[in-house]
Amino acid sequence: MTAATMQRRRPSGFRISKKVLPYVLSLPALLVCIGILIPFFTSVVYSFQRYRLSQPWARQFNWGDNYISFFTDPKFWNTLEISLLYAGITVLLELLLGLGIAMLLQKRSTLNNFISIMLLMPLMTAPALAALMWKLMTNPGFGVLSYLASLIGLQDFRWASSPSTALFTVVLVDIWVYTPFIMILLLAGLRSLPTQPFEAAALDGVPRSFVFFRITLPMLTPYILTATLFRLLDSIQQFDIIYAMTQGGPGDTLTVFQVEAYLNFFQSTNVGRSAALMIILWAITYFLSNIFIKNWLRLRERARGQA
Amino acid sequence: MEHTSLLERILRGIALTLVVIFFMFPIVWIFMMSFQTNETILRIPPQLVFKPTLANYTALITGKLTTAAGTLDIAFMRNLWNSVFLSVTSVAVALLLGVPAAYAFARHKFRGSEDIAFTLLSFRFAPALLVLLPLTLYFQKLGLANTYIGLIWVYQLICLPLILWIVRGYFEDIPADIEYAYRIAGHSWFATFRKIALPLAGPGIAAAGLLAFIFAWNNFVFALVLASADKQPVTVGALAFITSSGIQYGQISAAIVLSITPTLALALYAQRYLVEGLSLGAVKG
Repeated sequence: MTAATMQRRRPSGFRISKKVLPYVLSLPALLVCIGILIPFFTSVVYSFQRYRLSQPWARQFNWGDNYISFFTDPKFWNTLEISLLYAGITVLLELLLGLGIAMLLQKRSTLNNFISIMLLMPLMTAPALAALMWKLMTNPGFGVLSYLASLIGLQDFRWASSPSTALFTVVLVDIWVYTPFIMILLLAGLRSLPTQPFEAAALDGVPRSFVFFRITLPMLTPYILTATLFRLLDSIQQFDIIYAMTQGGPGDTLTVFQVEAYLNFFQSTNVGRSAALMIILWAITYFLSNIFIKNWLRLRERARGQA
Repeated sequence: MEHTSLLERILRGIALTLVVIFFMFPIVWIFMMSFQTNETILRIPPQLVFKPTLANYTALITGKLTTAAGTLDIAFMRNLWNSVFLSVTSVAVALLLGVPAAYAFARHKFRGSEDIAFTLLSFRFAPALLVLLPLTLYFQKLGLANTYIGLIWVYQLICLPLILWIVRGYFEDIPADIEYAYRIAGHSWFATFRKIALPLAGPGIAAAGLLAFIFAWNNFVFALVLASADKQPVTVGALAFITSSGIQYGQISAAIVLSITPTLALALYAQRYLVEGLSLGAVKG
């Protein structure tokens, strides 16, 4: 059946030309999003301005000053360092833990499936609320974790309220929330791997470590990459957990990009600096998301192919 | 078959037990705290056995908190309602806008379609505050600050890309021949869309909607920046609640339990689709 005959038999009456139809269908969604694109460009403009909400009369273009001043600004370097550190630590630990748990649960059994569903619960908890839960548990007065810490000899463990352990505490919450994400993706990946290479290796009596490093890991790589990049993109932008837990404190221990931009905007009302921070963060995520999308597309095509 | 030694099975068992304890303990503990009075919560060492009380929940639901110092009003039910309203409406709007667009992207490769689809996807990864901070200034000028309409609009940032990309995958899975056959029988594109494509992609659309609901419900930063107390959902409300009620830890726990129950329940219900949704359609569960 050719396209021409289809055209001929099309019923008369209400009809939209085939060329216009897809635009008509996708236009409403696009219009809604254009409204959201405008603030993006506004941010770019703000980032080149000296703009404080408290001094609207002094607003003027200072071109690159916001960016140039970052070079000599220890607060900026602190923000950059803590953001990269936070993203690096959380993603690395979550990847190792997630891979480990996925391998523990790999065999399909009722118990394993049940556990993997239970483990999704932290992931479905709002990160801000998860932070509150951990805040209650680490309360110095009655928190159960503070009590447990005192049992193992950490008498005055201050969790998120001490600069030396604040990063550890928020990383712990991040791990609690997001490890299941990596776990569930890698578990799906592990279970979709073809069985023949493993059977062949078992027949030949290949050592298990060899199987893991030479068969499992390489075949799992696209899944690991996608999960890792996905988490990196989210983690470098982490706001909910850190803000709900410590609001960037104590002091400026945890002023990651988004928290610092938020505080700059609402507390010091320095719109220009806040916008410049966000543009730098955007540049980082743009770079990461381009790599991500390439990997993600490859996986997506494979998933569609199996469907 | 693979042989596992007894030692290995024991080690695996221990590892799995530790994993389950680590990930389940906080939820169980907060759940237990929500049935305790402040006195039992503050006792050291923490109590595993206690006389459960529903007082925390009744205080939240009636909105009246009776303390030694007098009666306090709690607006928590208002937050809960805001969460329900914002999430449901945002998902409904996103479905209405996103499903036809997803169909267009799946069926018709038109000029720039991929670019547009990827632009929409990239919203998922852009820093939220990049857009939100200038938006607060615009919203004040437009009169959208602290309105449900403004919030629902911004919530499309989370819901639309998710629905668009997941539903698009489901539409692509439907063989185009089925639709051609129906068209040749003399039906319009709209009838084809309604009678063939929509029902076949139905489960996927439902799953995408549920996931979008969960993400909208769990969102924190949008409402923190754009809404004041009377429009705030539970995620922001619970944070304010901690500072306002100070030491009423039982009620805070009860509020957390009420706030996370809907998403946990939905997640259990939709768990079959979670993997696909979380990876935006890249991994099949």
